[in-house]
Amino acid sequence: MIMSTALVSIRNVVKHFDISGGLLEQLRFSGGRPTLKRTVVHALNDVSLDVQQGETLAVVGESGCGKSTLARAVVCLHQLSSGEIHYRDQRIDHLPPARLLPFRTKLQMIFQDPYASLNPRMTVQRILEEPLRLHHRAMTPAQIAERVAAVMEQVGVRASWARQYPHEFSGGQRQRISIARALIVDPECIVADEPISALDVSIQAQILNLMMDLQESRALTYLFISHDLNVVRRIATRVAVMYLGSLCELATARQLFESPRHPYTQALLSAIPALGRGRRGRIRLSGELSTPIDLPRGCVFHPRCPHAYEPCRVDTPAPQTLDTGTVVACHAVRDGRI
Amino acid sequence: METLFFILSWTQPTINALAIAALSLFFLWMLGGRFLMPAAWGRFADSHLVYSFRRDAVAKGSLGILLVLLVASFACPWIAPTNPYDPASLDLMMAQTPPAWMEGGEPDQLPAFVLGADDQGRDLLSTMLYGMRVSLVIGIGAVLLQAVLGIAIGLTAGYLGKRVEMLLMRLADVQLSFSTLLVAIFIGAMFRTAFGVASYERLAVPILICIIGLAEWPQYARTVRASVLAEKKKEYVEAARVVGLPAWRIMLRHILPNTLSPVLVISTVQVANAMMTEAGLSFLGFGMPVTQPSLGSLINTGFEYLLSGSWWITIFPGALLVVLILSINLLGDFCRDVMNPRLYKGM
Repeated sequence: MIMSTALVSIRNVVKHFDISGGLLEQLRFSGGRPTLKRTVVHALNDVSLDVQQGETLAVVGESGCGKSTLARAVVCLHQLSSGEIHYRDQRIDHLPPARLLPFRTKLQMIFQDPYASLNPRMTVQRILEEPLRLHHRAMTPAQIAERVAAVMEQVGVRASWARQYPHEFSGGQRQRISIARALIVDPECIVADEPISALDVSIQAQILNLMMDLQESRALTYLFISHDLNVVRRIATRVAVMYLGSLCELATARQLFESPRHPYTQALLSAIPALGRGRRGRIRLSGELSTPIDLPRGCVFHPRCPHAYEPCRVDTPAPQTLDTGTVVACHAVRDGRI
Repeated sequence: METLFFILSWTQPTINALAIAALSLFFLWMLGGRFLMPAAWGRFADSHLVYSFRRDAVAKGSLGILLVLLVASFACPWIAPTNPYDPASLDLMMAQTPPAWMEGGEPDQLPAFVLGADDQGRDLLSTMLYGMRVSLVIGIGAVLLQAVLGIAIGLTAGYLGKRVEMLLMRLADVQLSFSTLLVAIFIGAMFRTAFGVASYERLAVPILICIIGLAEWPQYARTVRASVLAEKKKEYVEAARVVGLPAWRIMLRHILPNTLSPVLVISTVQVANAMMTEAGLSFLGFGMPVTQPSLGSLINTGFEYLLSGSWWITIFPGALLVVLILSINLLGDFCRDVMNPRLYKGM
């Protein structure tokens, strides 16, 4: 087994969702004979990533590219079709729930929609107490209350509001509570699934600053899922770009924004609206986003890629590390064509 | 078998006691909640439910009537003029006495025989009150059984999904495809042949509760499953899983409380349904025995005398049953309208 310094290591993860439904819905007639056809969504295709301790690894991509599936796979909410998730060199994706418990305190998650991620029938106090009661059975009620109050203050929610219900808070405050729930077990790594995209712009900055402050004071590692490139530029140490369930490019934030290598990354970055630039220099992709049900053969991006040539239609490009440290999965880059 | 008898024969007094306890707790809560739990009371009093209730004359009226009937039926040992279960109170000479205001009535014996007497010479008002208690106990007991079974099955099916869900929901379909009356008649007849009519009379209430309860649980299972499927997709359930909570705890503590609004709504309708089923069974002669009649069996006995002029034995219990079920149904309709998440997102 390869020892690595990574905190979380995602290795060749494949996740398929079977959406074929019941027997009758699978029934198809092909060539006059009834056959059963399964419909499978290929959410993640062989994704490998390492999250280093202390960094913020941002995962970007358009809707439906598998970002959220990746986030949920890392915290073991999804059973993987194949591949492994390692935490500090211990494989965690195949563990039964009871043996996963110690890792649950290390690896927590923040969700996208603060209106859906807090149970409407529980007070903030109970929402925050529950993880402690489960993971720290030895704690006395007084210690628990103290910890809850401390974490609430830390995320900027008054501890005296603990008796309130989630619907009595604003979206930003709810997201703070959601962050508090993740922090209460004192995790090392937080997977944040678009934590600010459901919030107002003014609140987005507050939550982002809060997350950055917390990272500093608690030495947190973030796996930050987002589709907002400006946010990513501000918060990320490294950025991974995904397209249709595959990893296109992985580089440090500076490198990615200054010299994107993968054609998709280039197109994505050129789509960031900027003042005064107008439409000049924008790479316009033709065609439609392919469906994850019938993946294109070869490189998943080739039907829309301006640089596609013969090998792209046949072989799936393997990720390769360039001299600059950037990891790119592209035949054209490998062959020096771009 | 003897132990089963023993357990079952205890159920009726236990259910009675439980019902009285629940009712008094409810009143205590209504009266004392304001002082004991000001926060919870305040939330309840400010809720959309109470707000709409205050503006709905039909809902207020039916709750009022229902409460009066509930109190009257469970307080019947103290307020009824006679005890119809006491064989000594039977007086065949008084059989079919008309109501007190009619010719041939017994106004000098008031308050007894105010509504006349049935074919056994029992005071009709007392028999109706006791009968309403039997109907209510069966209705509420059967609904509790349905709810426990249906919620457990619906929750498991909805949360676990896949094969478990398919198995349980097909089971529900099979159960629904049998008519309740048919199953009840079948089981009742089997029981009578196996253990004799005497033991049936002793155990009629728990048996009817079991029959009606077992027959209608799929209603709950389907309702609960449907809301579980909706709730399960929300992020707070995923958050609970990331915390590492075991499945049963997520089901009971997180999902179940969020699926209770529709359960409350169908409960009212189901209580009325169960009472009607019981009345129907009793009317057909498969329900409560003559010695401890329910409203349904009173209607049944009176039916034989209807054409000979003694209309009161059927009409009064019938009217009482209609009022009881109507008030429950109107309350249920009110709850359904108010708690409908499409009209109002209940938090």
